[in-house]
Amino acid sequence: MATTDKEVRELIKRDYEHGFVTEIESDTFEPGLNEDVIRRLSELKQEPEFMLEWRLKAYRRWLEMEEPDWAHVDYPKVKYNEISYYSAPKRPEDMPQSLDEVDPELLRTYEKLGIPLHERAKLAGVAVDAVFDSVSVVTTFKEPLEKAGVIFCPISEAVQKYPELVEKYLGSVVPAADNYFAALNSAVFSDGSFVYIPKGVRCPMELSTYFRINAANTGQFERTLIIADEGSYVSYLEGCTAPMRDENQLHAAVVELVLLKDAQIKYSTVQNWYPGDENGKGGIYNFVTKRAACIGDNSKVSWTQVETGSAVTWKYPSCILRGDNSVGEFYSVALTHNYQQADTGTKMIHLGKNTRSTVISKGISAGRSSNSYRGLIKFNPGAEGARNFTQCDSLLIGDRCGAHTFPYIESKNKSAIVEHEATTSKVSDEQMFLCRQRGINPEQAVSMIVNGFCKEVFKELPMEFAVEAGKLLEVSLEGSVG
Amino acid sequence: MLSIKNLHASVEGKQILKGINLEIKAGEVHAIMGPNGSGKSTLSQVLAGNETFEVTEGDVTLNGDNLLELPTEARAREGVFLAFQYPVEIPGVSNLQFLRTAVNAMRKHQGKDDMNAAEFMKLAKEVSKQVDLDPAFLKRGVNEGFSGGEKKRNEIMQALLLQPKLAILDETDSGLDIDALKVVSDGVNALRAPDRAILMITHYQRLLDHIVPDYVHVLVDGKIIKSGGRELALELEAKGYGWLGVKDNTTASH
Repeated sequence: MATTDKEVRELIKRDYEHGFVTEIESDTFEPGLNEDVIRRLSELKQEPEFMLEWRLKAYRRWLEMEEPDWAHVDYPKVKYNEISYYSAPKRPEDMPQSLDEVDPELLRTYEKLGIPLHERAKLAGVAVDAVFDSVSVVTTFKEPLEKAGVIFCPISEAVQKYPELVEKYLGSVVPAADNYFAALNSAVFSDGSFVYIPKGVRCPMELSTYFRINAANTGQFERTLIIADEGSYVSYLEGCTAPMRDENQLHAAVVELVLLKDAQIKYSTVQNWYPGDENGKGGIYNFVTKRAACIGDNSKVSWTQVETGSAVTWKYPSCILRGDNSVGEFYSVALTHNYQQADTGTKMIHLGKNTRSTVISKGISAGRSSNSYRGLIKFNPGAEGARNFTQCDSLLIGDRCGAHTFPYIESKNKSAIVEHEATTSKVSDEQMFLCRQRGINPEQAVSMIVNGFCKEVFKELPMEFAVEAGKLLEVSLEGSVG
Repeated sequence: MLSIKNLHASVEGKQILKGINLEIKAGEVHAIMGPNGSGKSTLSQVLAGNETFEVTEGDVTLNGDNLLELPTEARAREGVFLAFQYPVEIPGVSNLQFLRTAVNAMRKHQGKDDMNAAEFMKLAKEVSKQVDLDPAFLKRGVNEGFSGGEKKRNEIMQALLLQPKLAILDETDSGLDIDALKVVSDGVNALRAPDRAILMITHYQRLLDHIVPDYVHVLVDGKIIKSGGRELALELEAKGYGWLGVKDNTTASH
């Protein structure tokens, strides 16, 4: 036992790789939130009237709400009036029309993040909508997408160009007053991605967005809306990082997925927000509402996430299975170390007949971190013949961390079948000794054992992301054994 | 090659090894026998560098280098191999990946290039046949759902792949039926080489019918109380440990 603990403590002491700050001029709002701030924001973004009204309504509801405290996390209350609600990189012109026009400093930032926009995007055939702080800087690969009829643009642009789609679907999955953080997001969201895949279209490439929080004291409130029309398919990738800062930064995003009949969406996330230092100072508060509505029959949605970042995570990508025979899947790897806290899981709401859902959750805790799985499986009276399978595994590294599982099952239909499996295991001294006895470094051994534990989730990730996720785990575990 | 002088070791304050002296030359096969709880497995774990055990006194050198100063993985890279009595499972990590990682760690230490996946696959398939393991085992998780015999064969396969200088076999015969014992013994005999030393730890003499040792030592209560040739094992089989004035409810002949 002594060995592994010492090893763990040392492995955990690794530095955050993405901890650099980009020195570029920004237009930033004074800290504070009131109706004037929202009006200014909406005006700046040249939004139509309905958008402003929607934001104000959300803000008024938010004022009446209370911050939730039921999650198994503990953090000092966020001071909402000390946050600036808008920060955009300053540019001499309006919007850059091509990569050449993008601030070179910004591009270097992406390089440091390991996303050389042109090359990587071209090689991988990925269109990247890069969100830097609050404004989408550039969107690549618009042309081939346009040919296919796919709309992939910053949501601020969609509000202006496709107001009827936005008005119809925004808030249709996550209503403005759904919860405290969703209401805040609805009031002040600055940008995010918008995707529309027309009827019968298989999106010709994987769509990818990288988010990054840069400015100090800025909340990032991005909003993503993806609509998959009848018989369409899209795979969407999302990667996140943030620079190192002492103070905590708030990230309250909302992601809404709408699936019509026979549509399919695969949504993959690799999240590596700054987790705070080894004493628990700094780091991102990641309070995110992600939800998919399978409105149409035979639609299918998969959430796959690999999360190693954030100081506090509060996130439950969910599926509302309304259409008959619709399918919801949730594959998750959540790794916490040092003083990180994660309360994450999913909700599968079965409304339609023969709806099916699968939940595979892998929680890895190291250091003094706390890792909770919270999942709700609900069968409404109409969910005839519905099924769920849940598997929740926890892996502990060292003996000062915690893993918790909070499964909730509500069934109002007797024909529904639910299976739940849960295990908790440890990276054992015996496993470490076996690996080391074969000449394998302790770091490599832990990384190999953890990767083995996550195998079922990694195989759901798109190839390119799977490699990245494996590397991310390896980096995140450096120092957790010595 | 291996020199053990006055080795004392304890676990959780309890003294297990109480002054072991042993010299093993290259090319030799030594067997250590002894009743349950005499410290046989502790000796193998201490040599391999299991940090659960504390060395309180004594020296161990491998080709003149102080082994006790090195962490487990460094000892392994210097050529110390331990075939485990109870190999642990590592779920989700394929045997192939595990073995290749180990072989490449060794190659790196020797200044050689990594073996790529295809090269390694070829080598691993050949070696798996040597211990009569279906190559399909390479794709399975490390020891995951393996039977006792399969685990032992897997251990010997690893020794054949890693080509150690000193192979320590901890009760490699336990839990094996006659056929499996034959396969494992053939594997161990294939390991015998002029530049390699083998230290076998066993409770029973039957293994020594298949792998004939050059020397046999009897370990009792943390000390080697008698050493001899092959005939010592046969004598133990005939007379039991009681013959040496040792209380034991088992005999060496089972």
